[in-house]
Amino acid sequence: MKQVWYTVRENVPVTGEVWRMVLAGDTGAITAPGQFLNLAVPGFTLRRPISVCDWDGESVTLLYKVVGRGTQAMTAQKAGDRVDALAGLGNGFDTARSGRRPLLVGGGVGTPPLYGLCRMLRQQGKEPIVLLGFRTAAEALLTREFAALGAEVQIATEDGTAGTRGFVTGPMAGLDYSYLYACGPLPMLRAVDKAAKTDGQLSFEERMGCGFGACMGCSWRTKNGSKRICKDGPVLERSELLWEEQQ
Amino acid sequence: MGRTAVTLSGWELDNPVIPASGTFGYGKEFAEAYDINCLGTFSFKGTTLKPRFGNPTPRIAECGAGLINSVGLQNPGVDHVLAVELPELAGFFHKKVIANVGGFSVEEYAEACRRLDGAEQVGILEVNISCPNVDHGGMSFGVSPEAAAQVTRAVKAVTTKPVYIKLSPNVTDIVPIARACQEAGADGLSLINTLMGMRIDPRTRRPVIANRMGGYSGAGIFPVAVRMVYQVYEAVSIPIIGMGGVQTAEEVIEMMLAGAAAVQVGTANLIDPWACKGIIEELPRAMDRYGIESLQKITGGAHHG
Repeated sequence: MKQVWYTVRENVPVTGEVWRMVLAGDTGAITAPGQFLNLAVPGFTLRRPISVCDWDGESVTLLYKVVGRGTQAMTAQKAGDRVDALAGLGNGFDTARSGRRPLLVGGGVGTPPLYGLCRMLRQQGKEPIVLLGFRTAAEALLTREFAALGAEVQIATEDGTAGTRGFVTGPMAGLDYSYLYACGPLPMLRAVDKAAKTDGQLSFEERMGCGFGACMGCSWRTKNGSKRICKDGPVLERSELLWEEQQ
Repeated sequence: MGRTAVTLSGWELDNPVIPASGTFGYGKEFAEAYDINCLGTFSFKGTTLKPRFGNPTPRIAECGAGLINSVGLQNPGVDHVLAVELPELAGFFHKKVIANVGGFSVEEYAEACRRLDGAEQVGILEVNISCPNVDHGGMSFGVSPEAAAQVTRAVKAVTTKPVYIKLSPNVTDIVPIARACQEAGADGLSLINTLMGMRIDPRTRRPVIANRMGGYSGAGIFPVAVRMVYQVYEAVSIPIIGMGGVQTAEEVIEMMLAGAAAVQVGTANLIDPWACKGIIEELPRAMDRYGIESLQKITGGAHHG
């Protein structure tokens, strides 16, 4: 964990509710895809945890959905503004587990952290399949970007306006893969877990206090005892999940 | 003694700044961020006789000048703390700590404190009779003078360590409860715990917190805490650890002027992990600004002349 003052390079809408924020500054604390930043938002007490979409030596890209007053206030940040963030939070995905041909399943705004994961897997010579689910074509995120990394990309939309009509579990049934990575809304993760044919890692959301493991605000029960989604997660192993504990 | 040093029941602290229980775990997460030996000490996560998972999530809600939590005393239990957390802590923190203890019956409080009594690293037992987030016990002991005195006597009977009782602000009058603790033999008092609060999401029309209500902490409760510390200081002669919304060195001074011998900092740690380090570094400059030579001498300063 590191406190970093970033400078906003860009903060623009990419779909109706999802914005892209590019922050320039020290990214040294970010060590794995699937980690998150906890951003201070002027006028609010709690920081907002936002997953890292991608990063390089000098900047980090976030895609965030406007879901409440805090994320709405984030949209007011302009290029050149300074942002106080805690960087390098959470465990992130383990690329060593992937095998040759991992499946990456993203749903909605759960898609962005899979982008950094996909980039690293490609750099390691792996051949990921990326399966993304959205409500409708207009809400699709990063589909061209994943393809540009050389990944095989499949899409499912609930209304059939892009790709297969229905949920990601439809196309998932016909795929062969070596490992599973997934991030998305809880009902999707539950269905993906049920449909999975291999071991895997799923990334979860929870309402957080501190974001670095101190307040016990985001604890889940697992087969391996209590886990803090912010510090021991947000990525949990399929094998340790206790679905009956999550409404 | 340095100019920022203070004393609690004969224990000299380098400075009065103490991270509050429930915002600092058992120190580990913060020791990754900075050398926590700069702290006066810290009060570890509320610990109960048996391990507890705590309440369902969401446990946290944003508020204008603070937050609501309903963690529900999640902790690994006193035996794990003695066997694992305290030995680990000895590797990176070289001062004694305040052991914060929760409970659900007089016997449970006493048994947890009896087990902690043998721990060399524990400087003070801080008995939390004010947790608003557990159904049975917790705060119910902190809202009646008789129950508060009963817990105090039971704990005093099993330990030679100083016993500080952590009081609830969710009462009509905190003064009789503070007095009852002193009469029952408490060596000091910690106040205030969180104020009961609630948020409702207008979109879902449901409470934000799974347990519906929780404890409100942060900047918004600072004036309430100062007022209660001031009132209790007039009524008792034992030392008070003041807390509630403290974020700056100036507020540490203000809390001490109200009557606190030392000051705990809670919610600020969750927003800025380096908050206490910053306050400690700022303290001498803040003292200079207000012409304070020795911090210890200002406790209760607002009551004189």
